[in-house]
Amino acid sequence: MADLLTAPADTTHALAVSRARRTLPPLSGKLITGIVMIAAIVLFGLVGPLLTLDPRDAGFDPLLPPGPAHPLGTSKLGYDVLAQVAIGTQGSLFVGAVAGTVALLLALIFGVLAGYFGGAIDEILMLLTNIMLVIPGLPLVMVIAAYVQHTEGLGALARSSLLVALVLGITGWAGSAVVLRGTARSLRTRDYVAASVVAGERPLRVIFVEILPNLVPLLAAQLIFGVIFAVLGEAGLSYLGLGPTGSITLGTVLNDAQTGQAVGSGAWWWFVPPGAIIALIGTGLSLINFAIDEIVNPKLRLAPAAARRQRRARRSGRGIGGEEAIA
Amino acid sequence: MKFWIRRIVFYLVTLWAAISLNFLLPRILPGDPVAIMLGKLRRGGRQLSQETVDAVTALLGGDKGSSLWEQYLAYWGRMLNGDLGVSSTRYPTPVGELIGQALPWTVTLVGAATIISFVLGIIGGAWVGWFRGTWVDQFVPVTTFLQSVPYFWLALVLVAVFSVQLGMLPIIGAYDVFEYPAGPEWRPAFFGSVFVHALLPAATIVISSVGGWLLGMRNMMVQTMAEDYVLTAEAKGLRPSRIRSAYAARNASIPSLAGFGIALGFVVAGSIVTEQVFSYPGIGKLMIQAVQGLDYALMQGVFLVITLTVLAANFLIDLLYGFIDPRVRRNG
Amino acid sequence: MSGPEAVLTARNVSIEYEVDPPVRAVRDVSLTLNRGEILGLAGESGCGKTTLAYGLNRLLKAPALMTSGSVTFHDRSGSDIDVTGLDGEGLRAFRWDKISMVFQGAMNSLNPVIDVRAQIFDIFDTHRRGMPRRDKQARAEELLTLVGVDPARLSSFPHELSGGMRQRMMIAMALALDPQVMIMDEPTTALDVVVQRGIIREIMRLRERLGFAVIFITHDLPMLIEISDRIAVMLQGEIVEEGTAEEIYRTPQHEYTKRLLSSFPSLTGVRGDFVRTGVSQEGLR
Repeated sequence: MADLLTAPADTTHALAVSRARRTLPPLSGKLITGIVMIAAIVLFGLVGPLLTLDPRDAGFDPLLPPGPAHPLGTSKLGYDVLAQVAIGTQGSLFVGAVAGTVALLLALIFGVLAGYFGGAIDEILMLLTNIMLVIPGLPLVMVIAAYVQHTEGLGALARSSLLVALVLGITGWAGSAVVLRGTARSLRTRDYVAASVVAGERPLRVIFVEILPNLVPLLAAQLIFGVIFAVLGEAGLSYLGLGPTGSITLGTVLNDAQTGQAVGSGAWWWFVPPGAIIALIGTGLSLINFAIDEIVNPKLRLAPAAARRQRRARRSGRGIGGEEAIA
Repeated sequence: MKFWIRRIVFYLVTLWAAISLNFLLPRILPGDPVAIMLGKLRRGGRQLSQETVDAVTALLGGDKGSSLWEQYLAYWGRMLNGDLGVSSTRYPTPVGELIGQALPWTVTLVGAATIISFVLGIIGGAWVGWFRGTWVDQFVPVTTFLQSVPYFWLALVLVAVFSVQLGMLPIIGAYDVFEYPAGPEWRPAFFGSVFVHALLPAATIVISSVGGWLLGMRNMMVQTMAEDYVLTAEAKGLRPSRIRSAYAARNASIPSLAGFGIALGFVVAGSIVTEQVFSYPGIGKLMIQAVQGLDYALMQGVFLVITLTVLAANFLIDLLYGFIDPRVRRNG
Repeated sequence: MSGPEAVLTARNVSIEYEVDPPVRAVRDVSLTLNRGEILGLAGESGCGKTTLAYGLNRLLKAPALMTSGSVTFHDRSGSDIDVTGLDGEGLRAFRWDKISMVFQGAMNSLNPVIDVRAQIFDIFDTHRRGMPRRDKQARAEELLTLVGVDPARLSSFPHELSGGMRQRMMIAMALALDPQVMIMDEPTTALDVVVQRGIIREIMRLRERLGFAVIFITHDLPMLIEISDRIAVMLQGEIVEEGTAEEIYRTPQHEYTKRLLSSFPSLTGVRGDFVRTGVSQEGLR
């Protein structure tokens, strides 16, 4: 009966009922695939380094193609590529997680406060957010990195992956802030929020108790965006030589591959895997994001599914007459 | 009208913020960029004129004599005069000149690639959205993958396949530097060389960014098709092509236009690394050179120009957006 | 004058929602609409009246599917058109020309990004190809005047019009090709009472003048009794009672019809007492 979802007049009512009943997201193919991909890669990043050779051991023969001893071959300097990729995955995920979290926190502060309070606070916060949004991200990160990384006083921190993560997080929150603000604004007008305000609840409590829980799917989606952005950003930075020097990330491996003329010498096993893993991280997260999109916006899932059902039923001879409405 | 005035004011404020950021960053962040810069300029035992030293301190701070505010005003004076300083990595060429040489390459390559990518994405997204529920839906996961591919990795793969293996396309440069050692010439053959050299970089940018546009448009298309006015259009017996274009796609493309600014950020980032891979002489490569060589003056100048270009592109898109969505013109 | 002549006949129409398990929204419904009459279709939300109406015009949204029955349109030229057999170009030509619709909530029935003139011209460009621009403009102005809207409003965008005006625009567009049947699905529910009155009056007037038949769908049975010639009451996909407005009002046969009639409060009298005094003299809700 929950599938009266697509009856013209009953959509809103049925949706409200089904939302109340479902606490877990519907397991669509995309969601499962995405989760499996990410889980596999995270597993690889966490457990892989324990099982592979030492990534910092340069004692092997250089530029060996994949073989039994080295499943992904070796680099120009004699490092085992699989070991490097495994620990590189760990490094990249670390940067992604830290940067994504920092960005989300900043986005929460700027976005939700602006959306909830409105008025002058909204104008000021939004102006700052829009400026951050328009000023191109990577050049800004490069500039900050260039200044900070050559500082005497900061020592090891200066070129660590933690710093890179922080810089990426501090520059990457603007997009999420705009989205969160929009949703906070619309939530502010809901009855239960008004009820809390009238009851005399302090603003911060209202935000935490009434508004934030309803933002959870959106927060998850924005966090995913943030992580993708950070992983790609770090890869780009490292590739350009601005990444962390102490740690190994997928980006630094690619940088080594570039300086080691991997492309020219046809050592595909060196530069293809790291990039492929980055792409797969991005794909997995995007699929999850897509699934979240479909939850937040049921039409995205229901309309294609409904169309499929209609066609299938017609093909099996149930329907009479020709086409109906396309839309 | 009000809408556009607001937008112009916003861009001016952002420009002011970018310039101020350029001013503040070297002074606020830890480190002594002035010493580094002067060190680089003096490399090789060069003697620097007081003028040059003054220019460096004006840009990067370290002038103990005047207050922050006075430095700020002086900085603005230089900016408005177009004085962006002298490059340390390409001494003694002024920053402005280097940028002037590099900018056209980037604007044409990235500009053309972005437009192609946007148009393909919107048209593709409209098509995939219209045929939702059919086999066309299979495109979606593929596009998701393409969207996540890092630009430079795709560039490396393309180079590996087309340049190294197949030898079909050139690896680096904007044109064949051996054929035209004196620089660009206004001859058809030259443009041919330029075109061939631009193919792989452009393909990298297009392939990497088209996915984002396509997915966004497809989702909006599916949503828009559920709207009442699309059903009404169908009830009116209008042709599917008309419904698809004027009723569905036109409405669905609006959020894509609105989000263009954000997407442009990714494109800029991607094109910087792409230029690096292909050694394409644009401002992206210039930026990288500046950062790697700690040429702070050049770095500041390029950052400013990139920001300006992005603002200009955003403004153009705003114009287009206002043209397509009449509600915006009225609400401001 | 000869007896009532049918303009639209539906026989044993069944419509199903292809979900798991399938939901039968319309069960074996037969209906006749006579030329120039107003047929009211009443029932609560979810009874299938809207689905039936969409089905008559072949506008079923996925995953709805017509599983049996036939719909025949009796053109005033004398020929019969099998609506369920139409496809492609034939169906598109049929739509709006013979049967037009006015949807619920005109808030969203108009394309927000193109002006009203373009939306009216779209109709002509599709159905009357080659019509000169001057004629299109004249006809558009005529239509607007017909529904009581200033022709200068042709250049407006939908967001610049009030709710009542938008609904009038929809009616004007529905009349553009001089249809023989108009299906109106809750056309006034979203509007305030005063505007509602005006629109209803407009529709009645137009029908007098132009002679089209109307299928008027609403849950508001009292309104139907006022304006309809005949009324059909639907419950859970079936028509439980059918008759003239007079018959339905004075001698309702089916339990459900009686319930429907009595659930609307009146300003005077026992019915609706509860609303006024807080004390009910009836056992019903």
